[in-house]
Amino acid sequence: MGMFAVNAFLLLLLAIIAVVALRVHRLFALVMLSGAFSLTAAAQFVVLDAVDVAFTEAAVGAGISTVLALATLSLVPREEKPHAIAPLPAIIAVATGALLMVSIGDLPQFGAADAPVHVHVAPDYISGSAEKIGVPNVVTSVLASYRGYDTLGETVVIFTAAIAVLLILAGWTRAPYRREDEDRDTQGTRSIEDKQEDAG
Amino acid sequence: MSEIAAHWNYYLVIILMMLGFYAVIARGNMVKKMVGLNIFQTSVFMLYISVGKIDGGTAPILTGDPASVYSNPLPHVLILTAIVVGVATTAVGYALIIRIYEAYGTIEDDEVAVLIDSDQDARERADAEPAS
Repeated sequence: MGMFAVNAFLLLLLAIIAVVALRVHRLFALVMLSGAFSLTAAAQFVVLDAVDVAFTEAAVGAGISTVLALATLSLVPREEKPHAIAPLPAIIAVATGALLMVSIGDLPQFGAADAPVHVHVAPDYISGSAEKIGVPNVVTSVLASYRGYDTLGETVVIFTAAIAVLLILAGWTRAPYRREDEDRDTQGTRSIEDKQEDAG
Repeated sequence: MSEIAAHWNYYLVIILMMLGFYAVIARGNMVKKMVGLNIFQTSVFMLYISVGKIDGGTAPILTGDPASVYSNPLPHVLILTAIVVGVATTAVGYALIIRIYEAYGTIEDDEVAVLIDSDQDARERADAEPAS
């Protein structure tokens, strides 16, 4: 019961943060709320027994994402243009939410041990992890061994994203402006060389 | 009431999901869209982790005690991967925002749309003039 109370409270806190994030117009406050949301979500994951997910969410979701957002805010305007509530998107969101909520009734009860998700491969992972992989943390053995290809695919995605960021911010997408940049660069170097000759 | 208590996590997760969804589709500011996407995907993570929870269970780290019940480790693994992929897509999104701001001087998508339209009109006029 205590666990359920903490769980319910953290979820309500998350909902409040999300509503405030929707209403705030200063983007710095928005980014801070986003970090707070991720950190509260990390606490929620601890309550739900997902400790590995919790520290990844705290480090990556609350840490790296916030740093990326702040780096972006240092280059773009920090005020959002005020908006009224948009009726059509609001109706779409409410309707989608209502449909999803109707279907919730078919889900197994929260925390039920005989739910279909718990009787398929998970018992094998838990019973086989110690003898086959030799790692007490079952999440680690599934991540690195049973489902190692997933993790390999994940690193491919990160690599692709890193290349994409480099190309967007520094690469060939700026080709139309490059000639001017090079002219400016060569002029710059020439003037430096001239200065050096003057000094010599 | 007990029905709501039995599925409390799922109801709240859907509310969070729809708040994030609304921010993504309704708000014109691109940073706000990214934060909405963050809320959306974090609530999807929470849905998966809620599915993996077993009453009276502990974190899936083997204690050697045969009586202990472990929560399902499989959703945890899937969500670990999803978190890292999520931050990778976030990084690409913010890079695009910086690039759009350099090109158009605004990060409001309705203003960007107006600028793109006027660019196109100007180009069409420039193309039409030499022919006439």
